[in-house]
Amino acid sequence: MHDYSLIWLIPFFPLVGFIVNGLLGKKIGNEKVIGAIGTLAIAASFVVSCKMFFQLLGDVEKTHEVILFSWMSVGQLQIDWGFLLDPLSALMIMVVTGVGSLIHLYSNGYMHGEEGFYRYFAYLNLFCFSMLMLVLGNNALVMFVGWEGVGLCSYLLIGYYFEKKSAGDAAKKAFVVNRVGDFGFLIGLFTLFWALGEHGVWTFQFTKIAENAHLLPAGGVVVTVATLCFFLGATGKSAQIPLYTWLPDAMEGPTPVSALIHAATMVTAGVYMIGRMNGLFSMAPDTMMVIAIVGAATAIFAASIGLAQNDIKRVLAYSTVSQLGYMFLAMGVGAFSAGIFHLMTHAFFKACLFLGSGSVIHAMHHAYHKAHLHDDPQDMRNMGGLAKKMPITFITFFISTLAISGIPGLSGFFSKDEILWWAFSSTRGGWILWLIGFIAAGMTAFYMFRLVFMTFFGKQKTDARAKDHVHESPLVITIPLMVLGLLALVGGWVGIPAALGGANRFEHFLAPVFEHAQETYGIHSQHSLHAFEFPLMGCSIGIALVGIFLAWIMYVKNPELPGRLVARFRWLHTAIFNKWFVDELYDGLFVNATKRLGRYFWKGFDVPVIDGIVNGVGWLVQGSSRVLRFIQNGQIHSYAMTMVLGMVVIVAVYVFK
Amino acid sequence: MENLVQLAMQNVNFAAIMPSLVLCCFGMAILLINVFMPRGKTTSASLISIIALLVTAVVSLQGWNNPQFGFAGHVALDNFATFFNMTFLLAAGLTILMSDDYLRREGYPIGEYYPLILFSTAGAMWMASGTDLMTIFLGLEVLSISLYILAGMFRHQLQSNEAGLKYFLLGAFSTGFLLYGIALLYGVAGTTNVADIGLYLSAHPAMIGNPMTVAGMLLMSIGFLFKIAAAPFHMWTPDVYQGAPTPVTAFMSAGPKAAAFAALMRIFILGLAGLQSEWTSLLWGLAILTMIIGNVTAIYQTNLKRMLAYSSIAHAGYALVGLVAANAVGVSGILFYMLAYTFMNLGAFAVLVLAGKKGEENLTLEGFSGFGFKRPFLGVAMTIFLLSLMGIPPTAGFAGKFYIFAGAIKSGYIWLAIIGVLNSAVSLYYYLRVIVYMYFKDPQEDYSWVSMHTGAVVSIVIAIVGVLYLGIIPGKIMEMAKLAIF
Repeated sequence: MHDYSLIWLIPFFPLVGFIVNGLLGKKIGNEKVIGAIGTLAIAASFVVSCKMFFQLLGDVEKTHEVILFSWMSVGQLQIDWGFLLDPLSALMIMVVTGVGSLIHLYSNGYMHGEEGFYRYFAYLNLFCFSMLMLVLGNNALVMFVGWEGVGLCSYLLIGYYFEKKSAGDAAKKAFVVNRVGDFGFLIGLFTLFWALGEHGVWTFQFTKIAENAHLLPAGGVVVTVATLCFFLGATGKSAQIPLYTWLPDAMEGPTPVSALIHAATMVTAGVYMIGRMNGLFSMAPDTMMVIAIVGAATAIFAASIGLAQNDIKRVLAYSTVSQLGYMFLAMGVGAFSAGIFHLMTHAFFKACLFLGSGSVIHAMHHAYHKAHLHDDPQDMRNMGGLAKKMPITFITFFISTLAISGIPGLSGFFSKDEILWWAFSSTRGGWILWLIGFIAAGMTAFYMFRLVFMTFFGKQKTDARAKDHVHESPLVITIPLMVLGLLALVGGWVGIPAALGGANRFEHFLAPVFEHAQETYGIHSQHSLHAFEFPLMGCSIGIALVGIFLAWIMYVKNPELPGRLVARFRWLHTAIFNKWFVDELYDGLFVNATKRLGRYFWKGFDVPVIDGIVNGVGWLVQGSSRVLRFIQNGQIHSYAMTMVLGMVVIVAVYVFK
Repeated sequence: MENLVQLAMQNVNFAAIMPSLVLCCFGMAILLINVFMPRGKTTSASLISIIALLVTAVVSLQGWNNPQFGFAGHVALDNFATFFNMTFLLAAGLTILMSDDYLRREGYPIGEYYPLILFSTAGAMWMASGTDLMTIFLGLEVLSISLYILAGMFRHQLQSNEAGLKYFLLGAFSTGFLLYGIALLYGVAGTTNVADIGLYLSAHPAMIGNPMTVAGMLLMSIGFLFKIAAAPFHMWTPDVYQGAPTPVTAFMSAGPKAAAFAALMRIFILGLAGLQSEWTSLLWGLAILTMIIGNVTAIYQTNLKRMLAYSSIAHAGYALVGLVAANAVGVSGILFYMLAYTFMNLGAFAVLVLAGKKGEENLTLEGFSGFGFKRPFLGVAMTIFLLSLMGIPPTAGFAGKFYIFAGAIKSGYIWLAIIGVLNSAVSLYYYLRVIVYMYFKDPQEDYSWVSMHTGAVVSIVIAIVGVLYLGIIPGKIMEMAKLAIF
């Protein structure tokens, strides 16, 4: 008999870290102590997560609910603070606490000397707490608490350098765009709640929703609308078309934040949510199709923008959007475990890439600071040749780049290939989806190697005065890089597909969560297409190599070639470089229109009508208050008289009723 | 003769009265100890009182899910009584914690203060556990007489004298109504036992419409509504609340109010269930009147104690809404609300206790200018309590109002709920104004006289924890409240 009752410790530790650092951090003041508290808090929950994970691995029963206490009970509705541990959430807590611990450790070095060091760690702990509530919650409301919590922390951390206007703006943008998604999430939730309520099931609990989902007609309007609304929520949190625009701007936050929140964990919440409710989504083929199309479109669209960016973090940001697109593609074609698999491998290699870029930025910033220069430390055109100066950063970064490009043997290869295979062969897939993913894979390889070549290869283009001040980062930064680099290398080996002689242990581990829905609704890869599996795999390896080769030609062999191409296809470059002008489009369509509408309501409605009513009521209440005060004259006989009169009136009412 | 004693002893069950017995014994012991204490040394008395309350709490909890009846159906220590006992004990505990330094500052370190609080708490407990109109009346008198003395305890302050006297005269007046009502009901049913009255009325439906029954119900209600401070029997409240020593006011606003609610609920729901349509229409009107008078008059107050007095009237109105609903959610909502109100109101008063100068002339809106910045902890605490009084989530006040209004809606009193919510909106004005003064006005003084006495700070911390606990996780206590109703 296995005991999971201590599962509450997992979110509890970061919460304590948040409270201690948040309340006392300013008084503690010492960076070492603050950093140790923050890091140990999340490390402790990693230890507990490991225990839970391996316990679950050896357990026959795969779904466990632990109710901490009752939150509220209204009528038949009972809502608890409860946790749900199954293979899916077990995997997520491992990723969140594992990658989270490494990034906390890294932050000790990266944030050294920053003002508000305690504030940073408090927010980071609060984020981990919220994220863990999100993935562990056994009902949709607890999940929503986490969902909003991570949004809040994301806002706070993007705006960490709030004295910078761009950072404040980016934080606001992230918050507002996410709000649109949250709105969808809530509408979906209530639609589902009422729809199930019609059948006498009043619940927010995931297990009960899954049990009773069959009460709703599969493919019917209700399920489709609810899941579409949920998906809108997912597009906000996970930066998919049309709500992806906040994520690239979110790079205004400190780099470890980008790694943890905007690459490895929070942005995958949407994918997780679909995985958590896979039964419901499987019932709505139309929604699934929308998800697959949006995912594929985002994958290729964001990859295309990534081709031409010069800011090292922006390239990675668009890459994240694009990779999230792959995950949604997987969810959309019913390859749930492939999507989660990519979520995990992506957490490893993308966290490593972000932290590596942070290490580079840290070094560049340091060098410019020493040389009293004010160049942009994030602009790749100022880098080059850093491989020799920063060997550890380079090697880990290179491994992760190979992984994301889909080079065989590395983690990204297995997960991405699995997604592409399902996109092609699934009963809910199609060759067009595969083709889009395939082209995006080529682009990925190209822009990632473009980044590597511009940053680490060739001649160092840094200003001569700063050149010699560029050094490798300290151990506290490189250790997390090495661990994540190793994971990027081997992390995919748990999911080697059967076609390559592997056991795909990953899929088997997650099977209890996804198998039921897949079997019930006939989602599987079609047997008739199995002959294509090896040729397609060859194709995707091929296009990755082509992408790398093109990057090599353009940025190592003939460095003047990109300039000529830009001159030749100026319109295309302008469009890509300016992110297809989507931000401008949104500004024109939504932001300005909303502002105008707001101004209209303000001047035309609020001031004359609402204020008039409010002031009128206020005047009335104040007036009656003045009158009532006179009755209260302090004379005891008048008080007694009031009582008698009151009684007489009451009795009279009863007599003459 | 021996037979008679035996007969009497058959019905004796000390377990049923053990909580109040313990409390009274402690109270008398403290009275005796005070004789041997040098004048002005009251700290030990307050500490013993805290111990007394804790012991009583443990004793009282023996009755949870283990109801004790005794004394020929006069007393019951059931879940209902136990839940209310906890509320009374909490109110008394918070009061005593904030009292010791306050009494010394105001120049009245009187040892008898603590036994009086304990006795009035014991009276409140009899009201909650009394199952006979006579027991309830006895409890009411024990409670009231102690409070009359407490209100007028600052002998050399005119305001305090005035408070004590007014409370006594009007209290005696209302007791007259109460007794008259009891007499009429006895005349109808031939018994003063609450359950027996209920049985009699269900066996004789004709008597329900009898004017004597209705008049008995009305007159008796007035006695309790006076204690609850429901309009139009609320007139004493502002003067007494303002004049009485601040901790006594704090206690009065929570303990006796809850006790009167307990008695009213037991009598109405168990004894007068047959007259439900009569008493709901009475309380329906009074709830609205009480909410409106409390909130509207509070708007013009500048003295914070007086403002909180009107606010306390308004809150009595909200709680009455739950009784009008008369369903499980509404009635258990009252139990919850009384507990929540104890936390938030006593917390607010504890802040006033610390913030006041000797004589408390400065407890006005102006006197709180910039308080939040000069005294950050007290400012934040006061803000939390005020938010809770407004009913803003995630505080106890929100959860309490939610349950009560949900109960009203469930019973079809949608308009009553709407009026209640509108009244809450009005109340924002005067509660928020305190916060505005605390944080948006420039400080006129440096508040250097405010010293953080341990007892009061402890009571503030307990109140904050309570307010947030009930606000964030109301489920657990609400479950218990549901188990506590009949």
